[in-house]
Amino acid sequence: MASAVEKVLAGDVRTVARLIRDIDDRVPGVRETLKALYPHTGHAYVVGITGAPGVGKSTIVDQMVAHLRKAGKTVGVLAVDPTSPFTGGAILGDRIRMQRHSLDEGVFIRSLATRGHFGGLTQSTRSAIDVLDAMGKDYILVETVGVGQDEVDVVKSAHTTIIVVIPGMGDDIQAIKAGILEVGDIFLVNKADRDGADKTVNELRQMIDMGHQKHKEGKWKPPILKAEAVFDRGVAELLEAIENHRAYLMESKGQQHLLRRARRVREELAEMVKNRLVQEVLDQMVESGDFERAVEAILAGETDPYTASDHLVLSKLGRRR
Amino acid sequence: MVKERKLRVMVAKPGLDGHDRGARIIARAFRDAGFEVVYTGLHQTPDAIVQAAIQEDVDMVGLSSLAGAHMYLFPEVVRLLREKGIEDIVVCGGGIIPDEDIPKLKEAGIAQVFTPGSKLEDIVNWVREHVKPRGA
Repeated sequence: MASAVEKVLAGDVRTVARLIRDIDDRVPGVRETLKALYPHTGHAYVVGITGAPGVGKSTIVDQMVAHLRKAGKTVGVLAVDPTSPFTGGAILGDRIRMQRHSLDEGVFIRSLATRGHFGGLTQSTRSAIDVLDAMGKDYILVETVGVGQDEVDVVKSAHTTIIVVIPGMGDDIQAIKAGILEVGDIFLVNKADRDGADKTVNELRQMIDMGHQKHKEGKWKPPILKAEAVFDRGVAELLEAIENHRAYLMESKGQQHLLRRARRVREELAEMVKNRLVQEVLDQMVESGDFERAVEAILAGETDPYTASDHLVLSKLGRRR
Repeated sequence: MVKERKLRVMVAKPGLDGHDRGARIIARAFRDAGFEVVYTGLHQTPDAIVQAAIQEDVDMVGLSSLAGAHMYLFPEVVRLLREKGIEDIVVCGGGIIPDEDIPKLKEAGIAQVFTPGSKLEDIVNWVREHVKPRGA
């Protein structure tokens, strides 16, 4: 029987589907598979698409898939939707707009829930990207509602990040500038047949130009495009902008590309180390009973969480105060 | 800390019937029960449903039909799954389904059939009891 690694490399859909689930469920042993797959990654071009609910991300992704397929490219899609913090359940509805591609063997679509585990979304989505990359997809489109640091990190790990807005969002545009405006490589004003599309474009232009005064010449200046994705208007232009951005990254021997990759690897590694450390140390504390004893001591009023955490961490590190 | 497998289910509407109110309510009930619910929307072919179920690695496919084509559509989904060698995805159905059709559907591999009188709570409990995360 062929190993999971071989099957993924051969593009076996069921193995890939199960592996992504194992990543999400944090099944032990999945790390070994990911380790073996890693040398086979790095070929796919990763595009992040983010924006508030209802701006049309899934429809845009659906049209992008259609265009890329026409150009003979294979595509992986990861559509991330929020997990309910109350029940742990999630409704993953992004497929609704993409189902016409489900019989196309050149397309793999997977819905992911945020699940809300610590640092989890970023890591599991990155791993899923690696799996689709190893599977041989030319393009990987990652769709998220861009709220929260985790999701910003996800789109940051893309080669090209698209931020989608719609006309008349008003203060919402002010809100996005805080965290995510900086990571946008391309801005798309979707539903551009609505009133105020040009005003939204202008507002974005101003905000981006302000940010860019700091930047040097020759840096990428994010284009602002208009689209009506439902009618496939503006999608070809969007793909052209993605190719332009890709060409920019590859300029002067791919200097920008290498810089981005180095940044990504650095962040990824830091995060994996962090998660692993916390997990291991917490596990040990729980196992030894120290953790529960500290909880009881706090409940009994014998100590406070500040002192208790100092004590737990410092004794773990073998230091004394 | 090994986490428990999370149940993933799909809710799909095969065929030409354009009413998905029931399917949406079921999807919400499943979400509130803590499942991850992939919803595919209206007008799905059995083929598209099966492909989606494979890509999404779901444990169960819930089919909804209100327009009378369930005797073809539901068994066809089961047949396509089995044809691909997939035995462990539970298929159940719901909607406007005459009582006399239910035994035939069960014979065709539909694990359970829910009709308009079914309580959400009962449906959720049935799923909890009969559908286990695959590969766990």
